[in-house]
Amino acid sequence: MLGLAGESGSGKTTLALAAMRLLRAPALITSGEVLFHSRPIGGDGPKGTVDLLAAGLDDLREVRWSEIAVVLQSALNSLNPVTTIGAQFDDLLRVHRPGMPGSERWSRAGELLDMVGMNADRLRSYPHELSGGMRQRAMIAMALALEPQIMILDEPTTALDVVTQREILEELMGLRDRLGFAALFITHDLSLLVELADEIAVMYAGRLMERAPAASLFHAPRLPYTHGLLNCFPPMHGKRARMEGIPGSPPDLRDLPSGCAFHPRCPWALEKCKQAIPRLEPISGSGREVACWLHHDDAKVPAELAKADPRTEPRQRVPTLIQVSKK
Amino acid sequence: MNVAAAPVLEGRDLTKYFQVRQSRGLFARRLSVHAVENVSVRLEAGKVTAVVGESGAGKSTVARLLARIIRPDSGQVLLDGRPAPGGRPRSYAKQVQMVFQDPFASLNSVHRVRHNLVRPLKIHHVADDNVEGAVADLLRRVALKPPGHFTEKFPHELSGGQRQRVAIARALAVKPRVLIADEPVSMLDVSIRLGVLNLLADLRDKEQLAILYVTHDIASARYLADTVVVMYAGQLVESAPSVELTDNPAHPYTQLLLSAAPDPDRVEPPQLAGRGAPPSLITPPSGCRFHPRCPYAMDICKQQVPPSFAVSPDHIAACWLHAKPAERVASNNGLSTAPVGPLEQDTKKR
Amino acid sequence: MTIDTTTLSQTPATGPTPEPIFQRTAILRLPRSPKVIAGLVILAVFGVVAIIGRWIAPYSPNATDTQNWVQRVLVPGTGEGTPFPANYYPLPLPPSAAHWLGTSVFAQDVFSQLLASTQATLFVGLLAASIATVLSVVIGVSAGYFGGGTDEGLSLLSNVFLAIPALPLLIVLADYVPRAGSSILLVAAIIAVTTWAYTSRTLRAQTLSLRNRDFVEAARVSGEGRLRIILVEVLPNLIPIVAASFLFTTLTAMYAYVAIAFLGLAGAPTGSPAGLWNYPAFAWPSSAPAWRCSTSASTSSSIPGFERRGFRAVRPSRRASRRGRHWASRRSWAIDQRTRHLEWAPNRMWCSRSTDSASTTAMATMRSTRSSTVT
Repeated sequence: MLGLAGESGSGKTTLALAAMRLLRAPALITSGEVLFHSRPIGGDGPKGTVDLLAAGLDDLREVRWSEIAVVLQSALNSLNPVTTIGAQFDDLLRVHRPGMPGSERWSRAGELLDMVGMNADRLRSYPHELSGGMRQRAMIAMALALEPQIMILDEPTTALDVVTQREILEELMGLRDRLGFAALFITHDLSLLVELADEIAVMYAGRLMERAPAASLFHAPRLPYTHGLLNCFPPMHGKRARMEGIPGSPPDLRDLPSGCAFHPRCPWALEKCKQAIPRLEPISGSGREVACWLHHDDAKVPAELAKADPRTEPRQRVPTLIQVSKK
Repeated sequence: MNVAAAPVLEGRDLTKYFQVRQSRGLFARRLSVHAVENVSVRLEAGKVTAVVGESGAGKSTVARLLARIIRPDSGQVLLDGRPAPGGRPRSYAKQVQMVFQDPFASLNSVHRVRHNLVRPLKIHHVADDNVEGAVADLLRRVALKPPGHFTEKFPHELSGGQRQRVAIARALAVKPRVLIADEPVSMLDVSIRLGVLNLLADLRDKEQLAILYVTHDIASARYLADTVVVMYAGQLVESAPSVELTDNPAHPYTQLLLSAAPDPDRVEPPQLAGRGAPPSLITPPSGCRFHPRCPYAMDICKQQVPPSFAVSPDHIAACWLHAKPAERVASNNGLSTAPVGPLEQDTKKR
Repeated sequence: MTIDTTTLSQTPATGPTPEPIFQRTAILRLPRSPKVIAGLVILAVFGVVAIIGRWIAPYSPNATDTQNWVQRVLVPGTGEGTPFPANYYPLPLPPSAAHWLGTSVFAQDVFSQLLASTQATLFVGLLAASIATVLSVVIGVSAGYFGGGTDEGLSLLSNVFLAIPALPLLIVLADYVPRAGSSILLVAAIIAVTTWAYTSRTLRAQTLSLRNRDFVEAARVSGEGRLRIILVEVLPNLIPIVAASFLFTTLTAMYAYVAIAFLGLAGAPTGSPAGLWNYPAFAWPSSAPAWRCSTSASTSSSIPGFERRGFRAVRPSRRASRRGRHWASRRSWAIDQRTRHLEWAPNRMWCSRSTDSASTTAMATMRSTRSSTVT
């Protein structure tokens, strides 16, 4: 599970939607490619690698939902308010599984709801009759209906209460282990992501700034922004101490600061940071990437950003299924 | 409870039911939502009291009751130990001020920052001789500097954090002694939340304000507050000093809340004890409202509303688990004939 | 402990500028978009016409010259060689250098009438809209803000007024009231009384949603008085609606006035026949195109003029103005439709009647009404 973290307006959702080519005008994907590496065996998706941005509409339709499914923040808006949950499942299966008879579609829908911890009776409910947590579960069930290889979860639990959030996340993790899909989990809650994700990518002002295994990112951030962001979440244990968070406010995307967009808020900003945009580059000697001039050339790395990586046994490496590159 | 420091503002046994219509029409049955029941909160000068709970737990209702935006159906609001006057007179407004959750909605979009700050000053005749100086001073106090940059701005020209600071400045304009902050940071970006929380902490430390901090984020409550009050389904379930509460939660619901909260330091995945959703507040469960979800539920929990038991000094929990065994056994055996305190009787009548 | 660092990037890099803390800016900021300017120009033209129209008119609006300003056509079957005395009917003249918009059947100069009657039409429109706006704001906002019994009562009142049909009431009343002078006020008042309820309902709904917004509650918490909350906090948020309805009512009023004038029921202060240039509906087809052009051009162009001016001048925020602009474009489209309709209706009426021998009777009735107006 890859986590994508960042504040609102940092481009997390835009990136995910762009990967699916779901953006509406006036958005324009100016460059880059989205490579979808289909599972080599099994599944009925396209074989081999597809560039979703270059793919034709037919190819795209084949991939969308059946191979890559999206769960958005507001399930109420994603579900059709005027039909029952069951009818929406039925619709989905009818389109993507044309051979399936009606009774089988219904039982499959019940099965899916059961999978996310809902009673199959709920198929007869309308979205407004369900609580927020239930709706989000139904949405996840719908995303799973076609056994996608990838799930994009865009703040799926942000609007929910903590207990419900935890329940849904548990459900999701269990399903991931059982069904073996890859997940892109987008959220602003870095502390949650550290618990959930295998790897975390941090975005700021529309750019990927750091990418590292979750534990390394949490215990030894390399990027000043990540360091600051971690400092924004008060801990649940230990002595209380004043934390300073990040000074200033997120930049206006219409008028980004020159150079590194974070430099006006960065306590260690160099002269170079104001002039040139750093690129996301691997740090020598580790599997992590960071876009910061502090880790370049002979710049002096502040002690806070130079903690040793925690020694953890590497988790099982899942083959890359989707690869986004922006140029 | 110790009575060392007299509370500035106190809510005693606050109860509020909202009437809703079951259906449309003239003869529709009216139902009441048991939004808040028998909640007591004490706000002391120089202390932050946090109210934590899920949505629908009645946190905001308590805040509004204390700000006297709405009237309690029963119970009292005491200011300096005296019952708060009826209506919402200016004398009360001068003592108790409120900051709302959404800084985009709480500032009128047609008025400049200046208007928002000048009005309370004028209403309460604070700094009549030097209004402009007072405005500049307020903006400086909430760290909007230089003030000249902000006075003539419209709310939509400010960022979320800046707006919330203006809202706080407006509340501070009358030099209140109590500040009620209803989820003041939940609509803000993560990176600027801490700034607003630190501002509240400074107001507490430097100006000895009594602050009520309503939030759903238990981590931020632990960070900012001195005392944390946990609410569930309209009732107070636990109250303790913040570190004590998060380190030694006494109520099963608090334990559930803590295990569900994100915690990057956690090694093992959390075990949730008490799944499910909060109950309907129109027909709340009898006895302890948490009993249908509670892993430790006993018979008595279904029958009687638990009173507040002292777990340790300053730490109270409304849970039968903390009753002295004798009390519990007595009530447990007696079942329906168990002695019912005046408090419980009052609740059941409704 | 200090929190100064949090303002790091909140101040622009320009540094501390020694500007005064308070600076008053104009409340009405007139934007400079071409659309607004076009609207203002159109409106200004009509304003000027309304004021000085009577003096720049080439002829008196009442002047008739039955010898030269109409063509006299012998009614077939009369005159010499028939048992009947010669009978003529008047044929209006087409536009010419002497009569820019031609003449009417009553041997009057259409252009002069147009110039002279603009004032009354605009006056009725603005007056009716003002009365209606005041009524709807007072009743709608109080109903919405106070709620409960007040709301029930005031809503009932506005529902009653919603049900009153404006035009029939106007026709009935206009026929009974004394002519000239006072009736224009009465027309405006009747139009106002029959139109305020629509806006009132909208304002009530909007106020209901504003009443419990956080900023209103914040004002209450800070000890603000009720009246001040309504006037200073709630009302400014309603201005886009108030402005829109003001314009809409202006139009309704103008059309209603045109309608009753067309029926010959309204006395205009000028004393000209119905005071209105729409009267030339009874011009002969030969001058009809010219009349049509002048009517449609002046009516439909004065309206966007109003719209643009109104919407731009009273914008509280950028968002509101965006809404306004959208509205303005939608509305002007709708108004063009309406104008087209109105412009055609009398014409069609005439065409159908011209083939009918009964038309002479109709015209005679019209003429008698008209002469009573003049004298």
